[in-house]
Amino acid sequence: MIKIHVDMDKCQHYGQCCFEADDVFALDDDGKLVYQEEASDDRLADLESAVDVCPMQAITITSA
Amino acid sequence: MTQVVIVGAGLGGLRVAESLRAAGYTEHIVLVGDEDHLPYNRPPLSKEALAGGVQVEDLHFRRKDSIDDVEWRLGSGVVASDLTARTVTLADATVLPFDALVVASGIRPRILPIPGPTKGRHLLRTADDAAGLRHEIAPGTSVVIMGAGFIGCEVAATARKLGAEVHVVALDAEPMIRPLGAELGAAMRRRHEAHGVNFHMGRTVAEFLGDDHVTGVRLDDGTEIDATVIVEAVGSVTNTEWLEGNDLDLSDGLLVDSAMVVQGADVPMVAVGDVARHPNALFGGPPRRIEHWNIPTETGRRAGAALAALLRGDEPDRSAFTAMPSFWSDQYEYKIQSFGMPGIATSSVVAAGSVDEPCVVEYHDDSGLVGVIGIDRTADLAPYRKQLAQRGA
Ligand SMILES: Cc1cc2nc3c(=O)[nH]c(=O)nc-3n(C[C@H](O)[C@H](O)[C@H](O)COP(=O)(O)OP(=O)(O)OC[C@H]3O[C@@H](n4cnc5c(N)ncnc54)[C@H](O)[C@@H]3O)c2cc1C
Ligand code: SF4
Repeated sequence: MIKIHVDMDKCQHYGQCCFEADDVFALDDDGKLVYQEEASDDRLADLESAVDVCPMQAITITSA
Repeated sequence: MTQVVIVGAGLGGLRVAESLRAAGYTEHIVLVGDEDHLPYNRPPLSKEALAGGVQVEDLHFRRKDSIDDVEWRLGSGVVASDLTARTVTLADATVLPFDALVVASGIRPRILPIPGPTKGRHLLRTADDAAGLRHEIAPGTSVVIMGAGFIGCEVAATARKLGAEVHVVALDAEPMIRPLGAELGAAMRRRHEAHGVNFHMGRTVAEFLGDDHVTGVRLDDGTEIDATVIVEAVGSVTNTEWLEGNDLDLSDGLLVDSAMVVQGADVPMVAVGDVARHPNALFGGPPRRIEHWNIPTETGRRAGAALAALLRGDEPDRSAFTAMPSFWSDQYEYKIQSFGMPGIATSSVVAAGSVDEPCVVEYHDDSGLVGVIGIDRTADLAPYRKQLAQRGA
C-alpha cells in the first residue's frame, strides 16, 4: 500500500499530478485538488511521476 | 569505474542523475554547479518567494534516495571542456575526467548594453538574485521592469503586492504577446493596469539616469521615469560558453535528437532542460528550446536512460519525443495555464468565457489545435490537453 499526502498549504491546484495518475488525483468542479490517500503498490511509478511534476513539490508518498 | 559528469545542478541535472540510476547505471556521478545551492525550484522566485522572503531551504527539490551517493561539487562552475581528452575544467582549476557528459547548464538573463550607472540594476534567475531584489523593494519604491514576458509580468504583480510603484517598459505591443497573442495579452495588460501597473509598450530604455546608483530611466521617446530599482527581464542567453572549441553548433543551445543525445559529439553526451534544442513530434517543425519548468523533467528522464544505454554499449531509445509543453503563471489572484505551443499558432479563438473574465482560448495553425491557455479555468483544460496529446498519433 502507498500512502499519499498533499501539503494543501503548498498546493496551487495546477492539476499537473492528475495527468500522471488520474485514478488518484483530480480537480473538482471548483478547480480544487481532491485525491485518494491510499493506492496499491503497482501505482508506484505513476505516483513517483506525480511527485516529480508537481510545481510546488507538495506531494509526498510513503510505502505503508 | 566510469564517471558521468553533469554540468548544472538545477532541475535538469537532478533529473538526469535520478534517471541514470533508474536505468541501472550504478557507477560514479558528479554534479557540478556554479551556484552554492543544491537544486531548487525557480518559479517561486518571481512569485511567492519574492513576495514572502527567499528561503532557499524551502525551495530545494526532494532528492531521491537513489542518488545519495552522487558527488556534489557546488560553488565552482565549469569554465572549459575538451571532448577529445574527455575532461572539464572548473573555475577553481580542478580538472575532472568523464566517460559521459551531461549539459544541464540552462540559460541566464540577457543584459542589454545600455549606458548609465549599474547599481540598482537587477536580473532574476537565481535565489541569490531574488534575495537581492527582495531586499530593495519596499512600499513606495519605484521599480522599472524591462520586458513584459512572463517573468517581467510576475515581478510586476509581486512588486505591486509589496506596495511598490511599478512601470513596465517593453518593445512588444502587449505583455506576453508571443505566447498569449495580442487579444489575451491586452486583457492581461488591463488586469495589471487595474492593479496599478504603468505600461510603456513599444518603448525601450535608452539610458539609465544617475551618477553612482540608478535614479531613473530615459526611454527612447525621451520620457523620464524616476526609479531606484531596475529589473531586466528581456530574454535569455544559453550557458554554453564552456563548450566552445569543440566544433559543436552552439548557435541556440545544443541540438539534440529525440533521445537527447547531442548531435555532432563523438562522446556519450546528452543535453536537457532550457539549454537543449530538441525535436517534438507532437508539433513538428524545427527543434526548439522550450523554457518551461516541465521540460527538464521530461528531457531528463529520456537523457538519463539514453546515457545509461550508451554506457552499456546499447542503442538508446530514439522513438519520437512527445512531451507536452506546459506552463503556468500566477499574477495577482489570476492563474494562467498553458498546454502545447500557442506561440506557433496563426489564429486564436476564445472558446469559453471572455478574455477579461475567466476564459479558455484555443490556438490553431493549419494543422489544427496547437495550444490552449486558460485563465482561472484550469479544470476545463484537461480535454484540450488530451486532444493536443493525440496530435502525435
Ligand atoms: C524567476 C523564474 C520564474 C519562472 N517561472 C516559471 C513558471 O511559472 N512556469 C514555468 O513553467 N517555468 C518557469 N520558469 C522556468 C523554469 O524555472 C526553467 O525552465 C527551469 O528552471 C529550467 O531548468 P534547467 O535545469 O534547464 O536550468 P536551470 O534551472 O537554470 O539550472 C541550470 C544550473 O546550471 C548552472 N550553471 C550554468 N552554467 C554552469 C557552468 N558552466 N558550470 C556549472 N553550473 C552551471 C546554473 O547556475 C543553474 O544552477 C521560471 C524561471 C525563472 C528564473
Ligand atoms: S501538481 Fe501539485 S500543486 Fe498541482 S494540483 Fe497537484 S499537488 Fe497541487
